[in-house]
Amino acid sequence: MTTHPTTPAETVRRRDHSILPRSAAMLIMGVCTVYFLLPLWWLFVGSTKNREQFTGTDPLWFADFHLLDNIGDLLAYRDGIFLRWTLNSVAYTGGAALLGTLLAAMCGYALAKYRFPGRELIFNVVLSGVLVPATALALPLFLIFGQFQATNTFWAVFLPSLVNPFGVYLARVYATAGVPDGLLEAARIDGAGELRTFFTISARLMSPALVTIFLFHFVAVWNNFLLPLVMLSDERLFPVTLGLYSWNTQITQVPELRGLVIVGSLISIAPLAVAFLLLQRFWRTGISTGAVK
Amino acid sequence: MTQLATTDPTRTEQPPPTGPAIRRPGRHRYARAVAVFVAPFGILFALFYLAPIGYSIVQSLYVVKRTGTYGPAQEVFGGLAQYRLVFSDGPFWTSVARMVAFGAVQVPIMLGLALALALLLDSGLITGRRFFRLAFFVPYAVPGVVAAIMWGFLYSPQLSPLKPITSTVDLLSADTVLWSIANVVTWVYVGYNMLIIYSALMSIPTEMYEAARLDGAGRMRIAWSIKIPLVMPAIVLTTVFSIIGTLQLLSEPQVFRSFSSAVSSTYTPNMTVFSLSAIPNFNLAAAFSVVLALTTFVLSFAFLKATQRRGMP
Repeated sequence: MTTHPTTPAETVRRRDHSILPRSAAMLIMGVCTVYFLLPLWWLFVGSTKNREQFTGTDPLWFADFHLLDNIGDLLAYRDGIFLRWTLNSVAYTGGAALLGTLLAAMCGYALAKYRFPGRELIFNVVLSGVLVPATALALPLFLIFGQFQATNTFWAVFLPSLVNPFGVYLARVYATAGVPDGLLEAARIDGAGELRTFFTISARLMSPALVTIFLFHFVAVWNNFLLPLVMLSDERLFPVTLGLYSWNTQITQVPELRGLVIVGSLISIAPLAVAFLLLQRFWRTGISTGAVK
Repeated sequence: MTQLATTDPTRTEQPPPTGPAIRRPGRHRYARAVAVFVAPFGILFALFYLAPIGYSIVQSLYVVKRTGTYGPAQEVFGGLAQYRLVFSDGPFWTSVARMVAFGAVQVPIMLGLALALALLLDSGLITGRRFFRLAFFVPYAVPGVVAAIMWGFLYSPQLSPLKPITSTVDLLSADTVLWSIANVVTWVYVGYNMLIIYSALMSIPTEMYEAARLDGAGRMRIAWSIKIPLVMPAIVLTTVFSIIGTLQLLSEPQVFRSFSSAVSSTYTPNMTVFSLSAIPNFNLAAAFSVVLALTTFVLSFAFLKATQRRGMP
């Protein structure tokens, strides 16, 4: 005790020094967590209630657990139109994001790794595509597809969704930083063709960036509302966002739709939430490449 | 678009991959590879980005004329007639002013919050960083339409768990609904922007702080004088994206029309364009979208130029 008289006092002082900022910081984090998660908690709780309980019980706590019944009702409503919307969304989004990521990666890679005339021009034109407002595209696209009698088809939403200029930017940044020229040279000396080198070596080195591009492209297409709103009139082609929107506009006339909108909203969030959780490791490393440069 | 458009100096200064002697045939060989890599994206970009923009501009220069009351409609070149209509359209410019006001308040709040949370996550004061990072980011996975539906219910006095608030303030009235929508947008995008800024913070080498700490700089001082200036490019990037997003606002207010009669069909510029396409008056709608696109370009570039002049990277 007597040998180290200053130790306890020092510890206390040091803890005093950081305990106030630490608890203030944690308090802010806690308040923000409530802000960000409370609406989702409300949605989940609301999805488990039947109609009387939805208005009659505490909106933030469970009554009887009817989630599965509600999902059953949702899927059964009008011959499973909601399931069809969900599958449409999966087809629009999964397809467009996979193929779109590949195209953006190839283009960004070429812009990073080859010197050819017009390289900077192509890059700058593609990049200014990021700034173009969605309505400036959706409306003329509707007219152009109209000339080919192709509005109100799957392709009218799918094809424009393939183009992701920001993905090209990210792919270029990442290919510049993550694919060494020496490696490409070695592959060339070994006689590998350029395409083969890309698919076997470069794409693998770029994979964290590719997952990031894929995820953000996936979110953008999954959340897309304007293009399907403009293009589609046939309900059977709707993505889930447009379907939920159309139900929500009818709630005052058809009150039983309210419960379906709530459960449907919950289900429409689930695929993205799962994708983000599973691929966390990738997008965390990938997002920094876009931000730092 | 400084940090976006500038070419990477490490690339351009490097010698070409092959030596000068075999450079010409080498180039020739790669030309095919480049075409294969660039063409698929390039063709789609031309078809679904460049062509529609060009088509919009052409369309906006035409007017529909009828011969007599029942004559067939005919598109004739009208010069800037549609643009005269755009510039004399009161509701459109009211909606542009509304979005500028919206952006002037919402963007600083959202990015301020994103920056503060990113700095807190980076400060070493927080336990459970992984959890918080994920919790704040989850709303980004919620489609704008769904987020608006959800908050619309939360604002409705009969259903809301926020009764103490909704019983005193009508969050869906003409005076408040714009800021209620601002809250939805903030809720969705804070986490996304926080993550971009946080990633930039993570890439700062820690030696930079150690030197400052030895000089006696406190946490606040380090955040203010070292961290914030170093993540400025990320903040500029997120601001530009937010400005573009604000001017394009459509799905959230469109959904709110079901919840609040205060949201008209011309509440935002994009909604005006959309409602014209339903009438349909495509020529005028095209002129509106060209003006909106130009406004977006001008505001984004003005912001970038302003930040450049102040000596930011």
